[in-house]
Amino acid sequence: MKTENQKAWFFVLPVLLLVAFNALIPMMTVVNYSVQETFGDNVFFWEGLGWFEQILRSDRFHAALGRQFLFTGMILIIEIPLGVIIALSMPRKGFWVPICLVTMALPMLIPWNVVGAMWNIFTLPDIGLLGYFMNHTLGIDYNMTQDPLAAWITIIVMDVWHWTSLVVLLSYAGLVSIPDAYYQAAKIDGASNWSVFRYIQLPKMKQVLTIAILLRFMDSFNIYTEPFVLTGGGPGNSTTLLSIDLVKIALGQFDLGPAAAMSLIYFAITLLVSWLFYTLMTQNDQK
Amino acid sequence: MAKITLSQLRHSYMPAPKGPEDYALKQIDLDWQDGGAYALLGPSGCGKSTLLNIISGLLVPSEGRILFDGRDVTDLPPDQRNIAQVFQFPVIYDTMTVRENLAFPLKNRGVAPAHIEARVAEIAEMLEVTEMLDQRAAGLSPDNKQKISMGRGLVRDDVNVVMFDEPLTVIDPHLKWKLRSKLKELHQRVNATMIYVTHDQTEALTFADQVVVMQLGEVVQIGTPVELFERPAHTFVGHFIGSPGMNVLPCEVRDGGAFFMGRNVPLEGSITQSGTRNEIGIRPEFVTLSESGIPGAVRKVADLGHNAVVEAVAADGTRISAVLHGGDLPAQGETVHMQFAPEQTRFYADGWLASEARGAA
Repeated sequence: MKTENQKAWFFVLPVLLLVAFNALIPMMTVVNYSVQETFGDNVFFWEGLGWFEQILRSDRFHAALGRQFLFTGMILIIEIPLGVIIALSMPRKGFWVPICLVTMALPMLIPWNVVGAMWNIFTLPDIGLLGYFMNHTLGIDYNMTQDPLAAWITIIVMDVWHWTSLVVLLSYAGLVSIPDAYYQAAKIDGASNWSVFRYIQLPKMKQVLTIAILLRFMDSFNIYTEPFVLTGGGPGNSTTLLSIDLVKIALGQFDLGPAAAMSLIYFAITLLVSWLFYTLMTQNDQK
Repeated sequence: MAKITLSQLRHSYMPAPKGPEDYALKQIDLDWQDGGAYALLGPSGCGKSTLLNIISGLLVPSEGRILFDGRDVTDLPPDQRNIAQVFQFPVIYDTMTVRENLAFPLKNRGVAPAHIEARVAEIAEMLEVTEMLDQRAAGLSPDNKQKISMGRGLVRDDVNVVMFDEPLTVIDPHLKWKLRSKLKELHQRVNATMIYVTHDQTEALTFADQVVVMQLGEVVQIGTPVELFERPAHTFVGHFIGSPGMNVLPCEVRDGGAFFMGRNVPLEGSITQSGTRNEIGIRPEFVTLSESGIPGAVRKVADLGHNAVVEAVAADGTRISAVLHGGDLPAQGETVHMQFAPEQTRFYADGWLASEARGAA
């Protein structure tokens, strides 16, 4: 006879608590704020969807969202092909393999705010290695605290430096999993280098690349620390990405309602784009 | 189509090989006749895949030359040798359809589209994959994938030799037999030289007209399946081919005769030379039980239905197997007497065949 009891629920409880405190409760707090107005002292007034409407209509939000998509688009366009090219040119056997891998992994091991601070000093026109070299040796006027274009180039180069390795390592893992027989068969079939890439290497890397693009999209779309430490969102608002703007509204102006609405919209966009991308990539497989 | 000659071929994976033990291939001199069906048979690590990769051009041998119809191709890359190779694991281009897969080698060589279409249709029909032509190759079963990789080799009409490197390893047992007979049929239809590498004697013997047996980087014997079975040139071939393998009995040579446990064993013919290690070889199929003969205690009896294998141990510990057809089977532990058919009893000196064939003298 089978004894039935509800003891199993106790085993689920820790996870439930963890998820609740770690995701659900903070999230619901944000939802709570997003539909109310407060003047402090824990006094709240019902606001409905007003904040959402305000955010979605605000030029400031549109501008920050535009900058965010531009930033993410740029770094994806650079980092994905560059990562693949580096992975392709890395040795697959022998002495140099561990050296290449460790060198590649190094930038990723540096904390984000350290990366920002490093690049900040690196680009200072009077004492920074890069800044000094550009201004005094090459004679190019480069000052990212004054020139928006220079600031943009700098945050993109910084992100490429910091995160291309992730794409490299994932692509490399895809590449080394290809059995030798594929290359041998391609040789016998008279395939060109391009064909080998197009029909063997790229298809075998597709899954890891999907993950790489997804990770890079999510991380760069939510990026905060590095550009904040490097440029502080300036000059002016030129590098104020979504997260930087959000923090300004939430903590700078203490507009909790609009900030909460904005973060929910922000979250929804990230989720939507990731879901669309993933669905498209995996749907292709079934054809 | 071409005759392939391997001349004084040696290969080592080490940069500076010293002794013969450093060589994966010790010394190979072989002719593969145009249009032949060959099998390269040997245990794992005997150098057969190395030999195959040298013929296909994936490896450049340390020493020696490879000639296709007398033309030296030793330094030519694989795509210029007009060879095809089918690997152990099916290699297909995942993102292409079956049709595109089959057309790929022709497309790379700039063949006219009309001709490509005709060849692909012909090969697809031969391999019975016509109805799959527009499917994505990635979704096929392993045996169909392997068919497609064979097809990519056969689709080129200028192909000199098609090589198979243990192609049935990943195929389900019940499909192995089907694919094997398909291969045999293909060989008859396309008439290309085919070399089939395997460690499975059944595969080798059913596919090939000529079987090349290799051991430790050397060719031990080349012959038809019947020759390999009846007169193994080396005790290794005797062991390796046949199930159970040949009985090998240590013996003494006295007055031109072979003696096992002091008992004269009649041979097929006279002994041509003796060595430090002398042995008598007799297939279990030619051992019979009778009233007199070599005594042995029955250790194992396996009744396989159509025949039975009896394994007996002689007084000196030598195991002798006999394949019996019908009749009463002895019980385990019983003492039996064994007779060898003299015309099938060979003599081996240091492992190599050293008795004259009957009628030769």
